[in-house]
Amino acid sequence: MAFLEIDNVCKSFGPVDVLKNISLDVEEGGFLVLVGPSGCGKSTLLNTIAGLEGLTTGEIRIDGDVIDDLPPAERNIAMVFQSYALYPNMNVGQNIAFGLEMRGMPKAERDAKVQEVAKTLQIEALLERRPGQLSGGQRQRVAMGRALVRNPKLFLFDEPLSNLDAKLRVDMRTEIKRMHQTFGTTIVYVTHDQIEAMTLGTKIAVLKGGIVQQYGTPAEIYNNPSNLFVADFMGSPAMNLIPVEIDGSWVRLTRDGDDPLVLDFDQLPASVGNMSGKQVIMGIRPEAITDSQGGAATRASSHRTVTAKCRIDVVEPAGADIFAITALGGKEVVTRLHQDWVGQAGQNHDLVFNLDKVVFFDAQSGERLR
Amino acid sequence: MSSYASQKSAIGAGKLVRAALYAVLILFAVYYLLPLFVMLVNSVKTLDEIRGGNMMSLPEHFTFEPWLTAWSTAQIGVEPTGLRPFFVNSLFLVVPAVVISATLGALNGYVLTKWRFPGDKIIFGLMLFACFIPFQIVLIPMARILGLIGLAGTTSGLVLVHVVYGLGFTTLFFRNYYAAFPDELIKAAKMDGAGFIRTFTRILLPSSGPIIVVTVIWQFTNIWNDFLFGASFADFDSMPMTVALNNLVSSSTGVKEYNVHFAGAILAALPTLVVYIVSGRYFVRGLMAGAVKG
Repeated sequence: MAFLEIDNVCKSFGPVDVLKNISLDVEEGGFLVLVGPSGCGKSTLLNTIAGLEGLTTGEIRIDGDVIDDLPPAERNIAMVFQSYALYPNMNVGQNIAFGLEMRGMPKAERDAKVQEVAKTLQIEALLERRPGQLSGGQRQRVAMGRALVRNPKLFLFDEPLSNLDAKLRVDMRTEIKRMHQTFGTTIVYVTHDQIEAMTLGTKIAVLKGGIVQQYGTPAEIYNNPSNLFVADFMGSPAMNLIPVEIDGSWVRLTRDGDDPLVLDFDQLPASVGNMSGKQVIMGIRPEAITDSQGGAATRASSHRTVTAKCRIDVVEPAGADIFAITALGGKEVVTRLHQDWVGQAGQNHDLVFNLDKVVFFDAQSGERLR
Repeated sequence: MSSYASQKSAIGAGKLVRAALYAVLILFAVYYLLPLFVMLVNSVKTLDEIRGGNMMSLPEHFTFEPWLTAWSTAQIGVEPTGLRPFFVNSLFLVVPAVVISATLGALNGYVLTKWRFPGDKIIFGLMLFACFIPFQIVLIPMARILGLIGLAGTTSGLVLVHVVYGLGFTTLFFRNYYAAFPDELIKAAKMDGAGFIRTFTRILLPSSGPIIVVTVIWQFTNIWNDFLFGASFADFDSMPMTVALNNLVSSSTGVKEYNVHFAGAILAALPTLVVYIVSGRYFVRGLMAGAVKG
């Protein structure tokens, strides 16, 4: 039995269905990330777990107990909000202690708990300050302190990093991960940033239109996307999605002003082989197309690679890698080359395709062909 | 060199504009302060001196007598009581009326923004509508209701009238102020275990300073200065200051004691003046705070 179970949850606002039969579960100490574009229902799902919104049908259980009908305060859940929602009229210490005070904990005990939490989060020096006098990072720490001090069964994070600047965001991401590792807390985390999702989660649920598109570990989501939406949404730069023709075990990619590129897969799954003459989308991540130097490593680790000359249209050095753009199947295809690669745009170069990492989708339904 | 000259002339022009600006401002300030000046100087003159003419001149014989007369011995009703008992009446009227209407307005604003319910916008629209109802229209129905519930001619009745009439305004003020108050703070308080009342008293109210000041000034001045409701619904014992002042000034017997009238009028205006001076800067700040989010 999982620790947090979300069982067939539906939520409608009037005629609008925001959540449709959502079923997810998280182990104790797990880190579930809900990710999706805005309006996908991820925040609504978080609010129903918190009890800030009721659910239309379905059930939510923590540790085997149904919590649907409990008010938010009795669910033993703490939440960190996007704006941190620190009470502006109280100082940091009072902010952290407020939840304990509402639960009727005596002052001496409260103070001891606040000190303890402030020490672990290194905000002891800030206890007398008002939220308005704190920096973004300090505010986030106070918000986490307010959640930690109650020692809840479950933590909810609602896009806590989206108000921070880029550098601080990376630091705070690490901090959240460290907190998760140190305290072994169970966390449900909402974000629209797929990098946050990949780096933080032990499990990721990709949502769109109130439906779970895919639920799995970060590696599963990244390597085996279950449909075109997930393939496109997760990963940066995004997965190349190229229209192809299937011919036996050959996959043909058209090229402007050149012969088509043919990738010989030796063997394709039956579901793909059957698609001869139908529209199929091939998905391949940028790092699965590389230059001959990077290709050496690829060849060593994978079953099947194909090397082909392709015209490089644009070269974008990014420091650690070089992204080179070529055109296949009428699409711009991003490839990820070794940082020492030397070459010019507008010329043909050898590219190594790692066929182990290729996935296929039905162009009509967008579903994965396995 | 030429740019230096043009810069210099630009500064000169700037000074000229500034001087003109101050001249206009001072002119208007004098314009508005003149009546107060006339009232003040004439309230400390003897009646003979006023009769002698020249309202603008400073007093030759300075006297506090008119003030004392207006306050404690002027003939208003049958007894020579001065304005004092009516000043007290006004205080007993204005304090509870302001407190009750502001409290209810704050609660209304809280519910209408943070505990939304179906039809809340219609309710708010109707309350807003109350702000546009002229005093005169409600006089007769209000008199009838006060009679029915047995509060006719009492201070409590007058308090009720002002609370009902002021509710539309106080609700409007607080609703607009709380609409800009972050919902996440309310959610956080819910998660922390604060209920309806404690969320209001511990989270919302401590952040409501500016709008409370605005509401108090607005309600205080309106209720203190009200004449129509006071004249219509109060009897002699519950008569507010404004009505008493009118009776003092327009009494048709004896000599017109202008100096006493001036002193009485200043006395009547003093509380609102004090409220403005003490909290005026919050008034402007509060109006702005409700208008701009963040």
